[in-house]
Amino acid sequence: MLVAFSAVSALALITAFIFRAGLPIMMKVGLGDFIFSNEWRPTDASPSFGIFPMIMGSLAVTAGAMVIGVSLGLACAIVLTQFCHPRAVSVLKPAIELLAGIPSVVFGFIGVVILVPLIRQYLGGWGLSVLAASLVLGIMMLPTVTSITVDALQAVPRSYGDGSIALGATKWQTTHMVLLKAAGSGIMAAVILGMGRAIGETMAVIMVIGNWLDVPHSILDPARTLTSNIALEMGYSAGEHRQALFATGVVLFVIIMAVNTAALAFSRHHLRKAGMR
Amino acid sequence: MRKAIVCLGVAAVLTAGWLIAGCSRARQATRLIGSTSILPFAEMLAEEFNALNPDMHVEVQGGGSAAGLQAVADGIAEIGMCSRGLKSQELEQYEPIVIAFDGLSVVVYPGNPVSDLSLEQIRGIFTGQITNWSQLGGGDGPIHVITREEGSGTREAFQKMVMGEARISRRAVTQESNGAVKELVRNDPASIGYMSMGLAGELKNLSIAHARPTRQNVLPDSKGQRKYSLVRPFLFVTRKGAPMPTGAKRFVDFVLSPRGGAMLEKEGLVAPRETGQSH
Repeated sequence: MLVAFSAVSALALITAFIFRAGLPIMMKVGLGDFIFSNEWRPTDASPSFGIFPMIMGSLAVTAGAMVIGVSLGLACAIVLTQFCHPRAVSVLKPAIELLAGIPSVVFGFIGVVILVPLIRQYLGGWGLSVLAASLVLGIMMLPTVTSITVDALQAVPRSYGDGSIALGATKWQTTHMVLLKAAGSGIMAAVILGMGRAIGETMAVIMVIGNWLDVPHSILDPARTLTSNIALEMGYSAGEHRQALFATGVVLFVIIMAVNTAALAFSRHHLRKAGMR
Repeated sequence: MRKAIVCLGVAAVLTAGWLIAGCSRARQATRLIGSTSILPFAEMLAEEFNALNPDMHVEVQGGGSAAGLQAVADGIAEIGMCSRGLKSQELEQYEPIVIAFDGLSVVVYPGNPVSDLSLEQIRGIFTGQITNWSQLGGGDGPIHVITREEGSGTREAFQKMVMGEARISRRAVTQESNGAVKELVRNDPASIGYMSMGLAGELKNLSIAHARPTRQNVLPDSKGQRKYSLVRPFLFVTRKGAPMPTGAKRFVDFVLSPRGGAMLEKEGLVAPRETGQSH
Protein backbone atom coordinates (compact mmCIF):
# COMPACT_ATOMS: atom_id res chain seq x y z
CA MET A 1 0.00 0.00 0.00
CA LEU A 2 2.73 2.44 1.06
CA VAL A 3 4.85 1.50 -1.92
CA ALA A 4 1.98 2.04 -4.30
CA PHE A 5 1.32 5.35 -2.65
CA SER A 6 4.93 6.47 -3.18
CA ALA A 7 4.60 5.94 -6.92
CA VAL A 8 1.32 7.82 -7.01
CA SER A 9 2.70 10.69 -4.93
CA ALA A 10 5.64 10.98 -7.33
CA LEU A 11 3.15 11.35 -10.17
CA ALA A 12 1.17 13.91 -8.20
CA LEU A 13 4.32 15.89 -7.38
CA ILE A 14 5.48 15.93 -10.99
CA THR A 15 2.05 16.98 -12.19
CA ALA A 16 1.78 19.75 -9.63
CA PHE A 17 5.31 20.93 -10.40
CA ILE A 18 5.05 21.19 -14.17
CA PHE A 19 1.61 22.75 -14.02
CA ARG A 20 2.75 25.29 -11.45
CA ALA A 21 5.82 26.15 -13.50
CA GLY A 22 4.04 26.21 -16.85
CA LEU A 23 0.55 27.57 -16.28
CA PRO A 24 1.41 31.23 -15.49
CA ILE A 25 2.98 31.83 -18.90
CA MET A 26 0.12 30.03 -20.65
CA MET A 27 -2.32 32.34 -18.91
CA LYS A 28 -0.20 35.38 -19.76
CA VAL A 29 0.19 34.53 -23.44
CA GLY A 30 -3.34 33.17 -23.66
CA LEU A 31 -4.07 29.50 -24.20
CA GLY A 32 -5.24 30.04 -27.76
CA ASP A 33 -2.16 32.02 -28.74
CA PHE A 34 0.14 29.60 -27.00
CA ILE A 35 -1.26 26.61 -28.87
CA PHE A 36 -2.15 28.14 -32.24
CA SER A 37 0.47 30.83 -32.81
CA ASN A 38 3.28 30.10 -35.24
CA GLU A 39 5.86 32.37 -33.67
CA TRP A 40 8.38 30.90 -31.24
CA ARG A 41 10.89 33.62 -30.39
CA PRO A 42 11.61 33.03 -26.72
CA THR A 43 14.70 35.24 -26.36
CA ASP A 44 13.62 38.23 -28.45
CA ALA A 45 13.32 41.66 -26.91
CA SER A 46 9.57 41.25 -27.33
CA PRO A 47 9.32 37.47 -27.04
CA SER A 48 6.48 35.42 -28.43
CA PHE A 49 5.61 31.89 -27.47
CA GLY A 50 3.62 29.87 -29.97
CA ILE A 51 4.05 26.12 -30.11
CA PHE A 52 1.76 25.31 -33.03
CA PRO A 53 4.66 24.16 -35.26
CA MET A 54 5.86 21.83 -32.51
CA ILE A 55 2.41 20.37 -31.99
CA MET A 56 2.15 19.76 -35.74
CA GLY A 57 5.66 18.30 -35.73
CA SER A 58 4.78 15.90 -32.93
CA LEU A 59 1.55 14.88 -34.65
CA ALA A 60 3.24 14.37 -38.03
CA VAL A 61 6.05 12.29 -36.59
CA THR A 62 3.70 10.25 -34.45
CA ALA A 63 1.37 9.57 -37.36
CA GLY A 64 4.30 8.51 -39.53
CA ALA A 65 5.70 6.30 -36.79
CA MET A 66 2.28 4.66 -36.33
CA VAL A 67 2.00 3.81 -40.01
CA ILE A 68 5.36 2.05 -39.88
CA GLY A 69 5.28 0.68 -36.35
CA VAL A 70 1.69 -0.55 -36.36
CA SER A 71 1.76 -2.23 -39.77
CA LEU A 72 5.06 -3.96 -39.03
CA GLY A 73 4.11 -4.75 -35.45
CA LEU A 74 0.74 -6.22 -36.39
CA ALA A 75 2.31 -8.29 -39.14
CA CYS A 76 4.97 -9.55 -36.74
CA ALA A 77 2.38 -10.51 -34.14
CA ILE A 78 0.19 -12.35 -36.66
CA VAL A 79 3.12 -14.30 -38.04
CA LEU A 80 4.39 -15.13 -34.56
CA THR A 81 1.05 -16.41 -33.25
CA GLN A 82 -0.43 -18.06 -36.34
CA PHE A 83 2.15 -19.00 -38.92
CA CYS A 84 5.28 -19.79 -36.98
CA HIS A 85 6.70 -22.94 -35.47
CA PRO A 86 6.63 -22.61 -31.64
CA ARG A 87 10.37 -23.16 -31.46
CA ALA A 88 10.98 -20.27 -33.89
CA VAL A 89 8.64 -18.13 -31.79
CA SER A 90 10.67 -18.87 -28.66
CA VAL A 91 13.68 -17.29 -30.39
CA LEU A 92 11.96 -14.52 -32.38
CA LYS A 93 9.75 -13.02 -29.68
CA PRO A 94 12.55 -12.37 -27.15
CA ALA A 95 14.67 -10.99 -30.01
CA ILE A 96 11.98 -8.46 -30.89
CA GLU A 97 11.55 -7.56 -27.24
CA LEU A 98 15.30 -7.01 -27.02
CA LEU A 99 14.80 -4.04 -29.36
CA ALA A 100 13.11 -2.24 -26.48
CA GLY A 101 16.34 -2.42 -24.50
CA ILE A 102 18.46 -0.52 -27.03
CA PRO A 103 19.02 3.04 -25.77
CA SER A 104 17.27 5.70 -27.81
CA VAL A 105 20.48 7.62 -28.44
CA VAL A 106 21.77 4.57 -30.31
CA PHE A 107 18.68 4.59 -32.53
CA GLY A 108 19.27 8.30 -33.11
CA PHE A 109 22.91 7.77 -33.97
CA ILE A 110 22.13 5.04 -36.47
CA GLY A 111 19.45 7.32 -37.91
CA VAL A 112 21.89 10.20 -38.39
CA VAL A 113 24.72 8.13 -39.76
CA ILE A 114 22.82 5.77 -42.05
CA LEU A 115 19.22 6.80 -42.59
CA VAL A 116 19.60 10.57 -43.03
CA PRO A 117 22.27 10.39 -45.77
CA LEU A 118 20.24 7.71 -47.58
CA ILE A 119 17.12 9.87 -47.58
CA ARG A 120 19.09 12.92 -48.68
CA GLN A 121 20.71 10.99 -51.53
CA TYR A 122 17.70 9.11 -52.88
CA LEU A 123 14.68 11.25 -51.96
CA GLY A 124 16.27 14.70 -51.83
CA GLY A 125 15.77 17.49 -49.37
CA TRP A 126 17.51 17.75 -46.05
CA GLY A 127 17.66 14.13 -45.03
CA LEU A 128 16.83 15.31 -41.53
CA SER A 129 13.10 14.94 -41.83
CA VAL A 130 9.74 13.81 -40.52
CA LEU A 131 10.31 10.65 -42.57
CA ALA A 132 13.61 9.85 -40.85
CA ALA A 133 12.09 10.42 -37.41
CA SER A 134 9.04 8.33 -38.32
CA LEU A 135 11.19 5.42 -39.45
CA VAL A 136 13.33 5.51 -36.33
CA LEU A 137 10.31 5.82 -34.01
CA GLY A 138 8.37 3.20 -35.93
CA ILE A 139 11.14 0.71 -35.27
CA MET A 140 11.43 1.83 -31.65
CA MET A 141 7.74 1.15 -31.03
CA LEU A 142 7.82 -2.27 -32.72
CA PRO A 143 8.48 -4.27 -29.53
CA THR A 144 5.62 -2.57 -27.65
CA VAL A 145 3.11 -3.09 -30.43
CA THR A 146 4.25 -6.62 -31.23
CA SER A 147 4.32 -8.06 -27.74
CA ILE A 148 0.99 -6.60 -26.63
CA THR A 149 -0.68 -7.71 -29.86
CA VAL A 150 0.76 -11.21 -29.42
CA ASP A 151 -0.73 -11.33 -25.91
CA ALA A 152 -4.10 -10.11 -27.22
CA LEU A 153 -4.16 -12.72 -29.98
CA GLN A 154 -3.16 -15.50 -27.60
CA ALA A 155 -5.96 -14.47 -25.23
CA VAL A 156 -8.60 -15.25 -27.87
CA PRO A 157 -10.23 -18.54 -26.87
CA ARG A 158 -9.05 -21.50 -28.97
CA SER A 159 -12.61 -22.45 -29.80
CA TYR A 160 -13.03 -19.32 -31.96
CA GLY A 161 -10.21 -20.33 -34.30
CA ASP A 162 -11.13 -24.02 -34.23
CA GLY A 163 -14.77 -23.21 -35.03
CA SER A 164 -13.81 -21.05 -37.97
CA ILE A 165 -11.46 -23.72 -39.36
CA ALA A 166 -14.19 -26.35 -38.88
CA LEU A 167 -16.54 -24.21 -40.95
CA GLY A 168 -14.07 -24.48 -43.82
CA ALA A 169 -12.31 -21.13 -43.57
CA THR A 170 -8.63 -21.08 -44.44
CA LYS A 171 -6.03 -20.21 -41.83
CA TRP A 172 -5.63 -16.68 -43.22
CA GLN A 173 -9.39 -16.09 -43.39
CA THR A 174 -9.66 -17.27 -39.80
CA THR A 175 -6.88 -14.93 -38.72
CA HIS A 176 -8.10 -11.73 -40.25
CA MET A 177 -11.86 -12.26 -40.03
CA VAL A 178 -12.14 -13.94 -36.64
CA LEU A 179 -9.04 -13.59 -34.49
CA LEU A 180 -8.18 -9.96 -35.31
CA LYS A 181 -11.82 -8.99 -34.66
CA ALA A 182 -11.93 -10.86 -31.36
CA ALA A 183 -8.63 -9.35 -30.21
CA GLY A 184 -9.59 -5.91 -31.54
CA SER A 185 -9.64 -3.95 -28.32
CA GLY A 186 -6.36 -5.48 -27.15
CA ILE A 187 -4.76 -4.53 -30.45
CA MET A 188 -6.15 -1.03 -30.07
CA ALA A 189 -4.47 -0.80 -26.66
CA ALA A 190 -1.19 -1.93 -28.24
CA VAL A 191 -1.48 0.75 -30.91
CA ILE A 192 -2.22 3.47 -28.39
CA LEU A 193 0.63 2.47 -26.09
CA GLY A 194 2.97 2.50 -29.08
CA MET A 195 1.68 5.95 -29.91
CA GLY A 196 2.46 7.15 -26.40
CA ARG A 197 6.01 5.88 -26.83
CA ALA A 198 6.38 7.73 -30.13
CA ILE A 199 4.99 11.02 -28.87
CA GLY A 200 7.20 11.04 -25.79
CA GLU A 201 10.49 9.97 -27.35
CA THR A 202 13.10 12.74 -27.31
CA MET A 203 16.73 11.91 -27.90
CA ALA A 204 16.44 9.86 -31.08
CA VAL A 205 14.06 12.46 -32.51
CA ILE A 206 16.31 15.47 -31.81
CA MET A 207 19.11 13.79 -33.70
CA VAL A 208 17.20 13.03 -36.90
CA ILE A 209 14.45 15.62 -37.25
CA GLY A 210 16.39 18.85 -37.84
CA ASN A 211 14.42 20.89 -35.29
CA TRP A 212 13.42 23.82 -37.44
CA LEU A 213 10.67 26.17 -36.33
CA ASP A 214 8.26 25.88 -39.23
CA VAL A 215 5.29 23.59 -39.73
CA PRO A 216 6.43 20.66 -41.93
CA HIS A 217 4.78 20.68 -45.36
CA SER A 218 5.97 17.28 -46.56
CA ILE A 219 7.46 14.18 -45.00
CA LEU A 220 10.85 15.25 -46.35
CA ASP A 221 10.74 18.54 -44.42
CA PRO A 222 12.42 18.90 -41.05
CA ALA A 223 10.20 19.71 -38.08
CA ARG A 224 10.43 20.27 -34.36
CA THR A 225 8.52 18.20 -31.83
CA LEU A 226 7.30 19.22 -28.38
CA THR A 227 9.87 16.99 -26.72
CA SER A 228 12.79 18.18 -28.82
CA ASN A 229 11.82 21.80 -28.18
CA ILE A 230 12.04 21.24 -24.43
CA ALA A 231 15.27 19.27 -24.52
CA LEU A 232 17.04 21.61 -26.97
CA GLU A 233 16.41 24.78 -25.04
CA MET A 234 15.96 23.78 -21.40
CA GLY A 235 19.67 23.82 -20.59
CA TYR A 236 20.01 27.50 -21.37
CA SER A 237 16.65 28.95 -20.61
CA ALA A 238 15.73 31.38 -17.90
CA GLY A 239 12.69 33.38 -16.83
CA GLU A 240 9.71 33.34 -19.17
CA HIS A 241 11.54 31.17 -21.67
CA ARG A 242 11.91 28.47 -19.04
CA GLN A 243 8.26 28.80 -18.04
CA ALA A 244 7.25 28.49 -21.68
CA LEU A 245 9.22 25.25 -21.92
CA PHE A 246 7.39 23.94 -18.87
CA ALA A 247 4.16 25.00 -20.54
CA THR A 248 5.23 22.98 -23.59
CA GLY A 249 5.63 20.13 -21.10
CA VAL A 250 2.09 20.73 -19.83
CA VAL A 251 0.70 20.37 -23.36
CA LEU A 252 2.74 17.20 -23.87
CA PHE A 253 1.58 15.90 -20.50
CA VAL A 254 -2.06 16.45 -21.36
CA ILE A 255 -1.65 14.70 -24.73
CA ILE A 256 0.14 11.71 -23.19
CA MET A 257 -2.40 11.46 -20.36
CA ALA A 258 -5.21 11.42 -22.88
CA VAL A 259 -3.47 8.73 -24.92
CA ASN A 260 -2.76 6.55 -21.88
CA THR A 261 -6.27 6.93 -20.52
CA ALA A 262 -7.62 5.83 -23.87
CA ALA A 263 -5.28 2.82 -23.83
CA LEU A 264 -6.42 1.92 -20.33
CA ALA A 265 -10.07 2.21 -21.28
CA PHE A 266 -9.56 -0.04 -24.28
CA SER A 267 -7.70 -2.71 -22.33
CA ARG A 268 -10.35 -2.67 -19.55
CA HIS A 269 -13.01 -3.14 -22.19
CA HIS A 270 -10.97 -5.99 -23.60
CA LEU A 271 -10.63 -7.69 -20.22
CA ARG A 272 -14.33 -7.38 -19.50
CA LYS A 273 -15.14 -8.95 -22.84
CA ALA A 274 -12.66 -11.75 -22.23
CA GLY A 275 -14.09 -12.30 -18.74
CA MET A 276 -17.63 -12.67 -20.03
CA ARG A 277 -16.71 -15.62 -22.17
CA MET B 1 30.01 -0.06 27.47
CA ARG B 2 33.74 -0.01 26.76
CA LYS B 3 33.02 -1.79 23.49
CA ALA B 4 30.60 0.94 22.48
CA ILE B 5 33.17 3.64 23.25
CA VAL B 6 35.79 1.85 21.16
CA CYS B 7 33.30 1.54 18.32
CA LEU B 8 32.48 5.24 18.50
CA GLY B 9 36.17 6.11 18.60
CA VAL B 10 36.91 4.06 15.50
CA ALA B 11 33.95 5.61 13.71
CA ALA B 12 35.11 9.10 14.67
CA VAL B 13 38.64 8.49 13.42
CA LEU B 14 37.35 7.03 10.17
CA THR B 15 34.99 9.97 9.64
CA ALA B 16 37.72 12.48 10.39
CA GLY B 17 40.09 10.74 7.99
CA TRP B 18 37.42 10.71 5.31
CA LEU B 19 36.63 14.38 5.85
CA ILE B 20 40.29 15.40 5.68
CA ALA B 21 40.82 13.35 2.53
CA GLY B 22 37.67 14.88 1.06
CA CYS B 23 38.75 18.41 1.93
CA SER B 24 42.20 18.05 0.47
CA ARG B 25 40.75 16.69 -2.72
CA ALA B 26 38.21 19.52 -2.91
CA ARG B 27 40.98 22.06 -2.46
CA GLN B 28 42.97 20.85 -5.41
CA ALA B 29 40.19 20.11 -7.86
CA THR B 30 39.15 22.91 -10.19
CA ARG B 31 36.02 22.60 -12.27
CA LEU B 32 35.37 24.35 -15.57
CA ILE B 33 31.88 24.33 -17.07
CA GLY B 34 30.52 26.09 -20.12
CA SER B 35 30.71 26.70 -23.84
CA THR B 36 31.11 23.69 -26.10
CA SER B 37 33.12 25.96 -28.43
CA ILE B 38 35.82 26.42 -25.79
CA LEU B 39 35.51 22.87 -24.46
CA PRO B 40 38.03 21.11 -26.76
CA PHE B 41 40.65 23.81 -26.16
CA ALA B 42 40.08 23.83 -22.40
CA GLU B 43 40.35 20.03 -22.32
CA MET B 44 43.65 20.16 -24.11
CA LEU B 45 44.97 22.84 -21.74
CA ALA B 46 43.67 20.97 -18.69
CA GLU B 47 45.38 17.76 -19.79
CA GLU B 48 48.72 19.54 -20.13
CA PHE B 49 48.21 21.40 -16.84
CA ASN B 50 47.33 18.21 -14.96
CA ALA B 51 50.41 16.50 -16.35
CA LEU B 52 52.64 19.41 -15.29
CA ASN B 53 51.05 19.74 -11.83
CA PRO B 54 50.44 16.32 -10.27
CA ASP B 55 49.11 17.97 -7.10
CA MET B 56 46.36 19.76 -9.03
CA HIS B 57 43.41 18.48 -10.99
CA VAL B 58 41.35 20.42 -13.51
CA GLU B 59 38.09 18.95 -14.79
CA VAL B 60 36.29 20.33 -17.85
CA GLN B 61 32.62 19.97 -18.78
CA GLY B 62 30.45 21.33 -21.59
CA GLY B 63 26.86 22.54 -21.30
CA GLY B 64 26.96 25.89 -23.08
CA SER B 65 27.92 29.45 -22.20
CA ALA B 66 24.76 30.21 -20.26
CA ALA B 67 25.08 27.00 -18.26
CA GLY B 68 28.69 27.92 -17.50
CA LEU B 69 27.69 31.32 -16.10
CA GLN B 70 24.94 29.70 -14.07
CA ALA B 71 27.38 27.12 -12.70
CA VAL B 72 29.74 29.85 -11.50
CA ALA B 73 26.87 31.73 -9.86
CA ASP B 74 25.74 28.53 -8.11
CA GLY B 75 29.28 27.66 -7.01
CA ILE B 76 29.24 24.39 -8.97
CA ALA B 77 32.26 25.47 -10.99
CA GLU B 78 35.19 27.73 -10.11
CA ILE B 79 35.54 28.87 -13.71
CA GLY B 80 32.85 29.27 -16.37
CA MET B 81 33.66 29.18 -20.07
CA CYS B 82 31.80 31.74 -22.16
CA SER B 83 32.17 32.13 -25.92
CA ARG B 84 30.74 35.62 -26.23
CA GLY B 85 31.29 39.02 -24.61
CA LEU B 86 29.45 39.52 -21.31
CA LYS B 87 26.39 41.75 -21.23
CA SER B 88 26.47 44.79 -18.97
CA GLN B 89 24.26 43.29 -16.28
CA GLU B 90 26.38 40.12 -16.32
CA LEU B 91 29.51 42.22 -15.73
CA GLU B 92 28.10 43.23 -12.35
CA GLN B 93 28.19 39.60 -11.27
CA TYR B 94 31.10 38.05 -13.16
CA GLU B 95 34.76 38.76 -13.80
CA PRO B 96 35.78 37.95 -17.41
CA ILE B 97 39.30 36.92 -18.42
CA VAL B 98 40.00 36.89 -22.16
CA ILE B 99 41.96 33.72 -22.92
CA ALA B 100 41.82 33.99 -26.71
CA PHE B 101 40.11 35.54 -29.69
CA ASP B 102 38.25 33.31 -32.06
CA GLY B 103 37.27 33.96 -35.63
CA LEU B 104 33.74 32.78 -36.39
CA SER B 105 33.82 30.83 -39.65
CA VAL B 106 30.93 30.60 -42.05
CA VAL B 107 31.32 27.07 -43.38
CA VAL B 108 30.03 25.21 -46.43
CA TYR B 109 30.45 21.77 -47.99
CA PRO B 110 34.08 21.25 -49.10
CA GLY B 111 33.08 20.95 -52.77
CA ASN B 112 30.91 24.08 -52.84
CA PRO B 113 32.10 26.45 -55.63
CA VAL B 114 31.07 29.56 -53.67
CA SER B 115 34.01 30.92 -51.69
CA ASP B 116 33.34 34.56 -50.90
CA LEU B 117 30.22 36.30 -49.55
CA SER B 118 29.49 39.71 -48.14
CA LEU B 119 27.99 40.15 -44.68
CA GLU B 120 24.72 41.27 -46.33
CA GLN B 121 24.61 38.09 -48.41
CA ILE B 122 25.15 35.93 -45.32
CA ARG B 123 22.44 37.86 -43.51
CA GLY B 124 20.16 37.32 -46.51
CA ILE B 125 20.81 33.57 -46.43
CA PHE B 126 20.12 33.24 -42.72
CA THR B 127 16.99 35.39 -42.78
CA GLY B 128 15.67 33.22 -45.62
CA GLN B 129 15.61 35.91 -48.34
CA ILE B 130 18.30 34.21 -50.41
CA THR B 131 17.26 30.61 -50.93
CA ASN B 132 19.18 29.30 -53.94
CA TRP B 133 22.92 28.83 -54.41
CA SER B 134 22.61 30.18 -57.97
CA GLN B 135 21.82 33.61 -56.48
CA LEU B 136 25.33 33.52 -55.03
CA GLY B 137 27.22 32.22 -58.05
CA GLY B 138 26.97 28.56 -57.14
CA GLY B 139 25.08 25.71 -58.78
CA ASP B 140 21.29 25.65 -58.95
CA GLY B 141 19.79 24.22 -55.76
CA PRO B 142 18.19 25.20 -52.46
CA ILE B 143 20.36 26.44 -49.60
CA HIS B 144 20.19 24.37 -46.42
CA VAL B 145 20.71 26.77 -43.53
CA ILE B 146 21.99 25.34 -40.27
CA THR B 147 21.90 27.28 -37.03
CA ARG B 148 22.50 26.57 -33.34
CA GLU B 149 19.91 26.37 -30.58
CA GLU B 150 18.69 29.35 -28.53
CA GLY B 151 21.20 30.08 -25.78
CA SER B 152 24.29 28.80 -27.56
CA GLY B 153 27.18 31.29 -27.24
CA THR B 154 28.10 30.72 -30.87
CA ARG B 155 24.57 31.58 -31.95
CA GLU B 156 24.52 34.70 -29.81
CA ALA B 157 27.86 35.80 -31.25
CA PHE B 158 26.60 35.13 -34.80
CA GLN B 159 23.34 36.93 -34.12
CA LYS B 160 25.18 39.97 -32.81
CA MET B 161 27.95 40.16 -35.40
CA VAL B 162 26.09 39.11 -38.56
CA MET B 163 22.35 39.31 -38.08
CA GLY B 164 22.08 42.46 -35.99
CA GLU B 165 18.37 43.10 -35.58
CA ALA B 166 17.38 40.60 -38.29
CA ARG B 167 15.97 37.22 -37.27
CA ILE B 168 17.31 33.84 -38.25
CA SER B 169 14.80 32.10 -40.49
CA ARG B 170 12.26 29.67 -39.05
CA ARG B 171 13.31 27.27 -41.75
CA ALA B 172 16.87 26.98 -40.46
CA VAL B 173 17.64 23.55 -39.12
CA THR B 174 18.77 23.69 -35.50
CA GLN B 175 21.60 21.51 -34.19
CA GLU B 176 22.67 21.42 -30.59
CA SER B 177 26.46 21.19 -30.89
CA ASN B 178 29.38 22.21 -33.07
CA GLY B 179 29.96 18.53 -33.76
CA ALA B 180 26.44 18.04 -35.11
CA VAL B 181 26.72 21.12 -37.35
CA LYS B 182 30.06 19.89 -38.65
CA GLU B 183 28.75 16.39 -39.37
CA LEU B 184 25.84 17.86 -41.31
CA VAL B 185 27.85 20.38 -43.36
CA ARG B 186 30.49 17.78 -44.21
CA ASN B 187 27.86 15.52 -45.77
CA ASP B 188 25.30 17.89 -47.28
CA PRO B 189 26.46 19.74 -50.45
CA ALA B 190 23.68 22.33 -50.06
CA SER B 191 24.41 23.30 -46.48
CA ILE B 192 25.79 26.42 -44.82
CA GLY B 193 26.51 26.86 -41.13
CA TYR B 194 28.76 28.71 -38.72
CA MET B 195 31.22 27.68 -36.05
CA SER B 196 34.47 28.55 -34.38
CA MET B 197 37.31 28.96 -36.88
CA GLY B 198 39.50 26.51 -34.97
CA LEU B 199 36.88 23.74 -35.17
CA ALA B 200 36.04 23.98 -38.87
CA GLY B 201 38.66 21.38 -39.86
CA GLU B 202 38.15 20.05 -43.36
CA LEU B 203 35.04 22.16 -44.03
CA LYS B 204 35.31 25.04 -46.48
CA ASN B 205 35.66 28.41 -44.73
CA LEU B 206 34.05 31.22 -46.71
CA SER B 207 35.93 34.48 -46.89
CA ILE B 208 33.82 37.46 -45.92
CA ALA B 209 34.21 40.64 -47.95
CA HIS B 210 37.41 39.10 -49.40
CA ALA B 211 39.01 38.49 -46.01
CA ARG B 212 39.73 34.88 -45.13
CA PRO B 213 39.33 33.72 -41.53
CA THR B 214 43.04 33.38 -40.80
CA ARG B 215 45.11 34.27 -37.78
CA GLN B 216 46.58 37.23 -39.68
CA ASN B 217 43.15 38.65 -40.46
CA VAL B 218 41.75 38.06 -36.97
CA LEU B 219 44.62 40.01 -35.36
CA PRO B 220 44.04 43.76 -35.08
CA ASP B 221 46.51 45.88 -37.06
CA SER B 222 48.35 48.88 -35.64
CA LYS B 223 45.15 50.95 -35.74
CA GLY B 224 43.21 48.23 -33.90
CA GLN B 225 41.29 47.31 -37.06
CA ARG B 226 40.68 43.72 -38.12
CA LYS B 227 40.44 42.57 -41.72
CA TYR B 228 38.11 39.72 -40.78
CA SER B 229 35.05 41.09 -39.05
CA LEU B 230 33.59 38.06 -37.24
CA VAL B 231 35.76 37.83 -34.14
CA ARG B 232 34.62 37.06 -30.61
CA PRO B 233 36.44 36.66 -27.31
CA PHE B 234 36.74 33.33 -25.51
CA LEU B 235 36.31 34.04 -21.82
CA PHE B 236 37.05 32.35 -18.55
CA VAL B 237 34.54 33.76 -16.11
CA THR B 238 34.84 33.84 -12.34
CA ARG B 239 32.62 35.21 -9.63
CA LYS B 240 33.14 38.91 -9.06
CA GLY B 241 34.45 39.98 -5.67
CA ALA B 242 35.40 36.47 -4.55
CA PRO B 243 39.09 35.51 -4.44
CA MET B 244 39.95 32.78 -6.93
CA PRO B 245 40.94 29.43 -5.33
CA THR B 246 44.63 28.56 -5.74
CA GLY B 247 43.98 25.77 -8.24
CA ALA B 248 41.85 27.99 -10.47
CA LYS B 249 44.37 30.82 -10.23
CA ARG B 250 47.25 28.58 -11.24
CA PHE B 251 45.27 27.18 -14.16
CA VAL B 252 44.36 30.65 -15.43
CA ASP B 253 48.00 31.74 -15.11
CA PHE B 254 49.01 28.67 -17.09
CA VAL B 255 46.49 29.39 -19.85
CA LEU B 256 47.65 33.01 -20.11
CA SER B 257 51.33 32.02 -20.08
CA PRO B 258 53.30 31.93 -23.36
CA ARG B 259 53.14 28.14 -23.24
CA GLY B 260 49.33 28.09 -22.94
CA GLY B 261 49.06 30.80 -25.59
CA ALA B 262 51.21 28.78 -27.98
CA MET B 263 48.97 25.75 -27.50
CA LEU B 264 45.88 27.82 -28.34
CA GLU B 265 47.58 29.38 -31.37
CA LYS B 266 48.46 25.94 -32.67
CA GLU B 267 44.76 25.06 -32.62
CA GLY B 268 43.77 28.08 -34.70
CA LEU B 269 42.86 30.57 -31.98
CA VAL B 270 44.58 33.89 -31.40
CA ALA B 271 46.03 34.45 -27.93
CA PRO B 272 45.52 37.93 -26.42
CA ARG B 273 49.17 38.29 -25.35
CA GLU B 274 50.27 37.99 -28.97
CA THR B 275 47.75 40.64 -29.88
CA GLY B 276 49.31 42.97 -27.34
CA GLN B 277 52.82 42.42 -28.68
CA SER B 278 51.78 43.07 -32.26
CA HIS B 279 50.82 46.65 -31.44
